[in-house]
Amino acid sequence: MIDLGSRAPANSPATEPDPERRRGVFKRLRESLSKSRQALTEEISASLFDRIDEETWERLEEALILADAGAPTTATVVERLEHEVDSGAVPADGVAVRDRLIEILAEVAATGRKPIDLSAEPAVLMMVGVNGTGKTTTIGKIAWHLSKEMGLSVVMAAGDTYRAAAAEQLEEWARRAGAELIRGEAGADPGSVAYDAIGAARARGADVVIVDTAGRLHTQDNLMEELAKVRRVIAKQIPEAPHETLISIDATTGQNGLRQAKVFSEAVEVDGVVLTKLDGTAKGGIALAIAEELGIPVKLIGVGETLEDLRPFDPSDYAQALLAE
Amino acid sequence: MFDQLSERLQGTLSDVRSRGKLSESDVDAAMRDIRLALLEADVNFKVVKAFTKTLKERCLGDEVLESLDPGQHVVKIVNEELTELMGGSGRELAFASTGPTVILMAGLQGSGKTTACAKLAKHLREDGKKDVALAACDVYRPAAVEQLVTMGRRAGAHVYEKGTDADPVEIAAWALDRAREERRDVLIVDTAGRLHVDRELMDELAKIKKRTKPHDVLLVVDAMTGQDAVGVAESFAEAAEFDGVVMTKLDGDARGGAALSVKAVTGKPILFASTGEKIEAFDKFHPDRMASRILGMGDVLSLIEKAEQQVDEDQAQDLQRKLEKDEFTLEDFRQQMRQVRKMGPLSSIIGMLPGMGAMKQLKNANVDEREMDRVEAIILSMTPAERANPAIINGSRRKRIANGSGVRVQNVKQLIKQFDQMRKLMRSMTGGKMPNEQQLAHMMGGSPRAPRPKMRRR
Repeated sequence: MIDLGSRAPANSPATEPDPERRRGVFKRLRESLSKSRQALTEEISASLFDRIDEETWERLEEALILADAGAPTTATVVERLEHEVDSGAVPADGVAVRDRLIEILAEVAATGRKPIDLSAEPAVLMMVGVNGTGKTTTIGKIAWHLSKEMGLSVVMAAGDTYRAAAAEQLEEWARRAGAELIRGEAGADPGSVAYDAIGAARARGADVVIVDTAGRLHTQDNLMEELAKVRRVIAKQIPEAPHETLISIDATTGQNGLRQAKVFSEAVEVDGVVLTKLDGTAKGGIALAIAEELGIPVKLIGVGETLEDLRPFDPSDYAQALLAE
Repeated sequence: MFDQLSERLQGTLSDVRSRGKLSESDVDAAMRDIRLALLEADVNFKVVKAFTKTLKERCLGDEVLESLDPGQHVVKIVNEELTELMGGSGRELAFASTGPTVILMAGLQGSGKTTACAKLAKHLREDGKKDVALAACDVYRPAAVEQLVTMGRRAGAHVYEKGTDADPVEIAAWALDRAREERRDVLIVDTAGRLHVDRELMDELAKIKKRTKPHDVLLVVDAMTGQDAVGVAESFAEAAEFDGVVMTKLDGDARGGAALSVKAVTGKPILFASTGEKIEAFDKFHPDRMASRILGMGDVLSLIEKAEQQVDEDQAQDLQRKLEKDEFTLEDFRQQMRQVRKMGPLSSIIGMLPGMGAMKQLKNANVDEREMDRVEAIILSMTPAERANPAIINGSRRKRIANGSGVRVQNVKQLIKQFDQMRKLMRSMTGGKMPNEQQLAHMMGGSPRAPRPKMRRR
């Protein structure tokens, strides 16, 4: 899921955690696994494919709409499946149709899938998104994984110089992750903070720089322009950077998520989506629409508050969960 | 994408009048259009279903058939019904007769509670002349307390906080005691964002409610929320029976169908709308405007209100007279431009115009404010005589103006040409004719329609 380039095999956590702590880690991991399994791999509502008739397709449409997949994507998926059943390519049998549906949904969800590219040295990852979608929390968790689990040295740039106490929030995460935080004054130019962070990372030979940015609505042109500028400033330090730009999308978001992904992508070339807050009852179907219509894949999902709850996206698991009740 | 509901309905129902009969299939087709538009606006699927059912009955009535424009008439009905559904018996905040009024704020993570708390504090301070205090009960999110302290200061409110080690229920109770002692008018309790499926935190919310006995419990809902808004609202209603809703992030381009869904399912009114980064961007909620917004019909009322705040009545009449007499000059143009710009960034104003949302080019057009500076500079470099009568601007004058404003001669030429075109357009408008959407779209370079997804009946 993460491309670490030549670093991957050489680096491992420097010190073995003591057994007591280790047990704690495994316990937590197990718990979070069962939690996310609960959240993600519930069975598709059994009644959906009891028999295959007109009503099946209507109910399927309903389920996809309720998951926020949006009318166009819903229509495409249902039409395709219906066509395949009508033409005999898929037997008109509940289990077969259901399995094929999961395949189709997984295929849509996997559009344009690529690992997160952190192969450069240092690699620069930029996080963007609308206010309240979970950018800072996601960054904190990514930093923790890179640092504590993969043994990489991480520098974080507190590029949200606007929201009150955003840098303090990131500072707490930096402490937990053992990462270095570069911050500017409140109201400082976010580009200069990112620039300084990359400069510091290069000077220290750090592996990854993670740049936080202030949440902004995609309708605010001046703020979107500011974001594009942050990207340009980063490219002044390293021409190919940022190597990976992720947008956080709240799973509860409706059809507006498509606009968010589109406009942000136009401003800063988004490589992937982090679908956050999937531990609620929202299905995050808007991610399907984003993949289908914009070709931007989901790369990570957030299924809870703890560090282990940020995990790689599995299209097939996701497809199953999408239609669960 | 479905800003075109009215146009689409006009298309669907265009030949109804010539046939003199509104068939069931006409209405079904119209209902399909409406259904798609509402789904696109994130109105909950079940609400849409129920809504189109009641709507259908009304649309089968004679009033639609007899109207001059059935499509437009259906839109009118939809708008009325939506407004009804969203507004109904409006409720104001309840204030305590003695002692502090307690307002408890709850919601999902990231819905904008902390910001909404500070904005509400500012609103109550300024509109209601209340002495407001905030209680910082979000002890979970890193730096949430700091955020409330900073924003509370900006709002001019007192913030009661005990850091992050205390229990939120205790903090709330302690803050209420302090608010009583210090004789505050209002205490707003900020709580941690929580998932509605998180039992423990929902219990905690119920406990805070029990301890502080709030006069109002407000649920903060992000305008961008999708189909899940209903489930969220129901769960919060269960844990802490809320009295009203604060819609946040309404300054984006989300249609806000969540607002309608929450109101329709829980019956709780939306009391406030939060609309921007600034702490003042917070106001009473207007159901009629939201209905238009969900239908993509623009927010004309807000625009008029904004204009009223900014535009001088006398100046406006003067302008009207000039337009009628075709005496509109470049100087008037410059002053107009100034006034319009006072209303806010042009892009946001355009978004409020009906039909404009549909014009993709225009919607995505970045109205370059610098370009407007340039235009102003050019006009300022003209003599009064030139501003009054651009026809006298010859080659040498053009050159002088270009030098004076630091642009190229070409830009000056272009501006004068645009001004001429504008005058022509105004002449046709004051002649009683608004340019229709197609004409406007043509001016902007045409607007392709998004294809309509094929969905099943129902």
